[in-house]
Amino acid sequence: MIELFQHIVDGVSLGAIYALIALGYTMVYGVLKLINFAHGDVFMLGAMIGWYASARWTSESASPSIFGSIWVTVLAMVFCGVIGFVIERLAYRPLRAAPKINSLITAIGVSFFLEYGGQYLFGPNPRAFGVLPHRPPLSLAGISIGYVDLVTILTSIVLMIVLQRIVFHTRMGIAMRAVSWNPSVAALMGVNIDLVISFTFVLGSVLAAVAGVLYASKYPSVHPLMGLMPGLKAFVAAVLGGIGNVPGAMLGGLLLGLAEQLVSGYTSSSWRDAVAFGILILILLIKPSGLLGRGEAEKV
Amino acid sequence: MMLELSEVDVHYGAIHALKGVSFKVDDGEIVTLIGANGAGKTTTLRAVSGMLKPSAGQIRYAGAEVGGWKPHKLVAKGLCHAPEGRGIFPNLTITENLRLGAFLRRDEDAIRADLDKGLTLFPRLRERATQMAGTLSGGEQQMLAIARALMARPKLLLLDEPSLGLAPTIVETIFNIIQEINKQGVTILLVEQNAHLALGIANHGYVLETGTVVQTGTGAELLRSPEVRKAYLGE
Ligand SMILES: Nc1ncnc2c1ncn2[C@@H]1O[C@H](COP(=O)(O)OP(=O)(O)O)[C@@H](O)[C@H]1O
Ligand SMILES: [Mg+2]
Repeated sequence: MIELFQHIVDGVSLGAIYALIALGYTMVYGVLKLINFAHGDVFMLGAMIGWYASARWTSESASPSIFGSIWVTVLAMVFCGVIGFVIERLAYRPLRAAPKINSLITAIGVSFFLEYGGQYLFGPNPRAFGVLPHRPPLSLAGISIGYVDLVTILTSIVLMIVLQRIVFHTRMGIAMRAVSWNPSVAALMGVNIDLVISFTFVLGSVLAAVAGVLYASKYPSVHPLMGLMPGLKAFVAAVLGGIGNVPGAMLGGLLLGLAEQLVSGYTSSSWRDAVAFGILILILLIKPSGLLGRGEAEKV
Repeated sequence: MMLELSEVDVHYGAIHALKGVSFKVDDGEIVTLIGANGAGKTTTLRAVSGMLKPSAGQIRYAGAEVGGWKPHKLVAKGLCHAPEGRGIFPNLTITENLRLGAFLRRDEDAIRADLDKGLTLFPRLRERATQMAGTLSGGEQQMLAIARALMARPKLLLLDEPSLGLAPTIVETIFNIIQEINKQGVTILLVEQNAHLALGIANHGYVLETGTVVQTGTGAELLRSPEVRKAYLGE
């Protein structure tokens, strides 16, 4: 029983990170009907900026302070927000009127650019990452909750509440949902489509930055290809929840993290990566619109 | 002069949809464009509201040359377009749809007052204000589309086939409301296939045929015109 709860805690923590990344995929898909394959690399850049910032502002041996961690994370968020804005502006906007396949290929190109640009600047080798303060794990009725997991879960909850408020209770959120249904009619309401799309990229990239810092703290290392696997899995999470659906991405991330942790915990960790792709195949076969995706009935 | 098109051309790729369309709409008028399916009525409205960029010609609105402006810029200038097929957002509530109509306004108190006015104009919307707009019937969706366009406090309102697919009694209600809106000072450019109804309420009408204006006159003149009666009134 204790083992089960332990896996659940670990799974929720991992799933929260997937969810944060998945939100970026799903929001961009919502407004642009584009799978932004470079999104996993923006996540990587978040971790990398975190590494540079902490290498610069904190000493190697001492445990970083809480304020130091927040500062480093905010820096990564700002940097990735700008990167997300620039990627959309330079790579995707000129192709908006072109067939979708052009943007998709460009997305893969941007992804390679960030991965190999990262290798060029950062070097291919993983580097140790220590942004969060070192604290002993919390022990609760026999379950041990790592400090990183605790911070991950709490941070994600706060961010998701904030995001939920943005999407469902602000002017910009209404505009995002309108654009995701029908951009040309949204424009007739006075919505500046370009602005909404830029905002969406920035928002998604900021969340990916936080996910990058948390992920790199959990598996304490950073390297330029670290965005590949979590990026793919977060994409699966977004599809699982229903691509384009914000609560769906949260749910999908959580379920995927849990499934992965439970399967690798009770069988063998070599099954870990197979879980995500098994789920992808299953959902595409059974309910391609995803768990919370728009059903047929809602479309008419 | 509220709106004036001169020699406007619009292409969809290789398709030449509008060929030198010219017409004008004076302040406070109801002007209607009639014509068969595919004549270019919707394309004309799209060019006026900035959804399409004309390949030639001029569009003047409220004293400015606006050809090629983005739609949101035109909305800010009081030009609103309730598009063909209503274009409501089924994934938003009725209130959210209406608020979206006031997207560029910041006067929250006045917005709330206008929201209430819209719901008074269409009581059937008030009953369902918090429901998703996708649950409305066709007639109610058309009412929502008109109420939403009014939320922007338009000077010029473009309406694309508001009667399409609606039961006759609902069409009558909607046409009464269009006249009511016009009396309150909103200039209206109305596209209709229902030529009889449209000409009946219009100050001026233009007949479009395959992308060209072929006839014009006051609403009453066109209603009497033998060509119009033959082609559009089924006589
Ligand atoms: N998106 C489009 N792509 C290509 N051709 C179009 C498009 N929309 C309309 N057309 C063509 O332009 C012409 C005018 O269409 P439209 O303005 O919709 O006519 P109406 O509203 O009078 O029925 C038609 O020949 C139609 O086939
Ligand atoms: Mg039409």
